[in-house]
Amino acid sequence: MANAFTAPGPDQMFRDYLAQGRFMIQRSKSTGAHVFYPRAMMPGTGAVDLEWVEASGKGTVYATSVVRHRPEKGGVYNVALIDLAEGPRMLSRVEGVAPEAVAIGMAVAAAIDSSGETPILVFRPAGGTAS
Amino acid sequence: MNAPLRGAAAIVGVGHGGLGEAPGLSPVEIMAEAVHNALADTGLTPADIDGVISASPVYNMASLTAAEYLGIRPKFTDSTMIGGSSFVSHITPAALALQAGLCDTVLICYGSNQRSATGRLVSNSLPDPYEAPYKPRLPITAYALAASRHMYQYGTSREHLAAVAVAARDWARLNPEAFMRDPLTAADVLASRMICDPLSKLDCCLVTDGGGAMVLVRAERAKDFPAKPAYVLGHATAHWHRNISEVEDITVTAAAESGARAFAMAGLEPADVDVLELYDAFTINTILFLEDLGFCPKGEGGRFVADGAIAPGGTLPVNTNGGGLSCVHPGMYGIFPVIEAVRQIRGTCGERQVAGAEIALAHGNGGVLSSQATVLLGSEASF
Repeated sequence: MANAFTAPGPDQMFRDYLAQGRFMIQRSKSTGAHVFYPRAMMPGTGAVDLEWVEASGKGTVYATSVVRHRPEKGGVYNVALIDLAEGPRMLSRVEGVAPEAVAIGMAVAAAIDSSGETPILVFRPAGGTAS
Repeated sequence: MNAPLRGAAAIVGVGHGGLGEAPGLSPVEIMAEAVHNALADTGLTPADIDGVISASPVYNMASLTAAEYLGIRPKFTDSTMIGGSSFVSHITPAALALQAGLCDTVLICYGSNQRSATGRLVSNSLPDPYEAPYKPRLPITAYALAASRHMYQYGTSREHLAAVAVAARDWARLNPEAFMRDPLTAADVLASRMICDPLSKLDCCLVTDGGGAMVLVRAERAKDFPAKPAYVLGHATAHWHRNISEVEDITVTAAAESGARAFAMAGLEPADVDVLELYDAFTINTILFLEDLGFCPKGEGGRFVADGAIAPGGTLPVNTNGGGLSCVHPGMYGIFPVIEAVRQIRGTCGERQVAGAEIALAHGNGGVLSSQATVLLGSEASF
């Protein structure tokens, strides 16, 4: 593979994929383990064998909170930790349901929100409770 | 036991400055008052200090700022910044430098005018690009996420969290230096405005001004000073993540590691500890640290604190100064639990004194449950 430390770096590549409408994460060829946020080397092993693979977009809510700003300071919204089906965890928000209705264990699916300055990943209820 | 650092150093001076509100003073001026008081405790002057350790969110070369202000050219310097736990963590390099003979007298110091300057937590850390787009209100949101999971997994309730706040306030009411001394009930906590579910305003620490300082020497010199020494029996720091999204198990902190290593160095167990000073930035912290430091089983922290066990008159005295929740929290609280632990060992805590306190544990937390530092202090009897 290409040198892991050449530009564009993994951070930029992740964003470029997202701008193309693709949620990609990295997998270490030697162990098969996935990692997020994007790295130049695998944490722990130090392997520089990370390859980009399409994420399933499936996740489960691991922890959840409702941030309650006054309306003029940003209002009320969800912030949650999502466990991806591939293993890694990420901070995000669950949309399409009231912020306080987001529950730990809820099955969610990733979507790309392109409404802001740069596209970001958000999650929506997938229906049912993940196993 | 192979623990060459056990009892290598002792804390012989402690001092506060600008506790609560100190309008019109800069952070380094508040620090200077704390240093003045810590030096007065020892009979030393800045000329006697040859090791300087500090950390600050506003002075990014904090030990340089401190040493310059005090007129010290130190032989040992350290500005390691790992969040609010820094000053507990600083005890390790202090003890190493003293033991190795790199210097003879170490000052650890801190000052903040956070309340008067901005009224909120100051951070100059670059926002994490993978968290910032979701607008977590940090640090509160991170602790709220931990609390949400602890509730889900272990049945911890908002009433349990409230019991932590009430215990801290009841201790603060016995401490004339504490910032918040009005009566507080669990109903008050439960009725306070929700900030980040499940944490309400009264689950959160104060935003105050304040500074702290302590002076450490090699143990063999400890009795040359006027105050009763607090010997440093065990200490350790651990960190497992920086950002909350990188936690492995959000209900278990690296205090499980720092505590275990500190206890091993000291040759002590939780049952030996007479008084605990835990970094309570939020009510969930106290519950997590009681579990992770081995004072109750994992998951039982909420039920452990429910009936006043950690309040005055309870079975385990915790945060006897009133903690970050009710005494002082100028952004980085870590030096204050150590100061209170030293004072408990000296037996100078007045109404809030824990009778016969010989062994005290002080614990620091930094970032978003990120860095954890534990120190065990003991009287001469324990040394």
